[in-house]
Amino acid sequence: MIVYLVRRVGQSLLAVMAMAVLVFLGVFFIGNPVDVLVSPEASQAQIAATVERLGLDRPLYEQFGIFVWNALQGDLGTSFVYGRPALEIILDRLPATMELALVALALSVGIGIPLGVWAGLRPDSIAGRTIMGGSILGFSLPNFWQGMLLILVFAVLLGWLPAGGRGETTEFLGMQVSFLTWDGLSHLILPAINLALFKMSLIIRLARANTREVCMQDYVKFARAKGLSPRRVVLVHVLKNIMIPVVTIIGLELGSMVAFAIVTETVFAWPGMGKLLIDSINLLDRPVIVAYLMLTVLIIVGINLLVDVIYSLLDPRIRLSEMKG
Amino acid sequence: MSALLDVCDLQTHFFTRDGVAKAVDKVSFSLEKGQILGLVGESGSGKSVTGFSILGLVDPPGRVAGGQVIFDGTDLIAGGEPVMRSLRGKRIAMIFQDPMMTLNPVLRIDTQMVETVRAHENVSKAEALRRCREALVQVGISSPDERLKSYPHQFSGGMRQRVAIAIALLHKPDLIIADEPTTALDVTIQAQILSEVQKLCAQSGTALIWITHDLAVVSGLADRLAVMYAGRIIEDGPTAAIIANPRHPYTRGLIDSVPQGKRHGAMLTQIKGMTPSLLNLPQGCKFAPRCPRADAACQVEPALTPAGPDRQVRCHHPHADHEATP
Ligand SMILES: Nc1ncnc2c1ncn2[C@@H]1O[C@H](COP(=O)(O)OP(=O)(O)O)[C@@H](O)[C@H]1O
Ligand SMILES: [Mg+2]
Repeated sequence: MIVYLVRRVGQSLLAVMAMAVLVFLGVFFIGNPVDVLVSPEASQAQIAATVERLGLDRPLYEQFGIFVWNALQGDLGTSFVYGRPALEIILDRLPATMELALVALALSVGIGIPLGVWAGLRPDSIAGRTIMGGSILGFSLPNFWQGMLLILVFAVLLGWLPAGGRGETTEFLGMQVSFLTWDGLSHLILPAINLALFKMSLIIRLARANTREVCMQDYVKFARAKGLSPRRVVLVHVLKNIMIPVVTIIGLELGSMVAFAIVTETVFAWPGMGKLLIDSINLLDRPVIVAYLMLTVLIIVGINLLVDVIYSLLDPRIRLSEMKG
Repeated sequence: MSALLDVCDLQTHFFTRDGVAKAVDKVSFSLEKGQILGLVGESGSGKSVTGFSILGLVDPPGRVAGGQVIFDGTDLIAGGEPVMRSLRGKRIAMIFQDPMMTLNPVLRIDTQMVETVRAHENVSKAEALRRCREALVQVGISSPDERLKSYPHQFSGGMRQRVAIAIALLHKPDLIIADEPTTALDVTIQAQILSEVQKLCAQSGTALIWITHDLAVVSGLADRLAVMYAGRIIEDGPTAAIIANPRHPYTRGLIDSVPQGKRHGAMLTQIKGMTPSLLNLPQGCKFAPRCPRADAACQVEPALTPAGPDRQVRCHHPHADHEATP
């Protein structure tokens, strides 16, 4: 288990490093931030001073070296626009995005797994077919369009919920969160549903396919032949087996939820990291973009690592073979 | 005394896209307390489906379409799921063919055993565990405490089948349906398991339906045989009488394809042809296309008719008593 962990952590570090190179190069080529930062009437000398202050006159490898050295010390640069450390700006926005992503994940798991298992147990029933049909919609309609539809129906036509913003927040474990007040919660519902719909559809389909497969296995029939209640057969024998692939997907998808949040945050004016990223791209605020990308990579890699550990705890067969290996 | 199990005109059909497969077609047999019945036939003849039908475990697109399964005076088919579930694992247990597949891979053995005890009896976990240990020892598993904490993949196939048998024995059932429980195992382990099951059933007076495609396996075990072909019983009676003197050409074919000591050196013969598809059965006798004795009369389906003491055969041209093997 320890060997396995060390190996997985090593792989994760490699992935982060590779991403650092890609991110840095990618951002380097998207444009010259100086054009945006200084006023059009600025003199040549002013421009040169800005370039030098930002370190943009150094060769590429030197800029990268400085970037890595600083990054290792937790310094991802200072925002050209806000004049504050980029990481700090992002971390300010992180709780809003994480809250949105976690609530969306909880929704997609809490609704997706029961619906998927139900559809898998009764694939030919009307309910089963309806669930599948719905998941195809959730799967194929573009995210931003679903978001605008939600706003149109629940905010504009029905007027039940606000169309955007984060609402009132309270402090919880040192972070500002929305879900503890009614006002915050009412702001959270629509974006969370919007972000959850795609994953929910994915989890429904995955849970359904796995339930169908597991139900055909002899061990499920044997469990029934032992006289167990249908409840126990489904909740213990079937569910524990389908949780293995589902947990993997959940883990991978939490990472991509943080990434997908960009669209949702933009549609619902949710003040999270995603919206910050879009603003920063428009302003070519390089350090913030880099810090966003690096932080997202770290989050995704960290989650994947966690999933692998949970996965090995769920499946005794993996635990054993990895321990030997 | 009435029979422990009375299966009467049982019909189980599979409603597939290509038509209705009558996997079990008016099958009848009965079983006394403590008796061992061998249910024999080539694969695909409907043996497993017969076993599942008795326990109400036929999955869609299959469905029991008719008949009665009377267990200890109660009709299980009419009683439906509640009656069946109270008996499953309690008074009627089942052992499956592939021990690699019958235990849930992600649950520990103790979980899978204790839940069986507690599905039918409201006992403490400690008491349930004590019973599990006892059952494991009964089937010849040493250091049961350690075994209980293991997962199925840590066991060999033979060991897993012993665990499955131990689970079947937990409630000291009146009837065990064993669906080819040794087919997937090595020959030596087959023999061990066979003799142990026989011993355990004799000790506790448990009746047994032993399903197999291998006549050699049941000939030394079963009191009675029922031979199935294409969803029907084509011959049944006491084991010794059938082995010594098979009436149906199909039964004779099965016996001739088993290597036997006394006919050492003789050629093994095979039944020619293949098991027919249930969706495309011949009009009359289902075995006629493969039968050396078939003639025009076989265009009409024969009925199951008495053929000697306590015996029946479904054939227009059965072999006579003591007719020599050709
Ligand atoms: N799930 C199924 N769908 C369709 N037909 C089935 C299914 N299961 C069994 N059958 C039919 O029932 C027949 C008998 O199967 P089975 O009882 O498993 O045979 P065996 O004698 O080898 O145990 C098969 O030949 C097949 O035609
Ligand atoms: Mg079978």
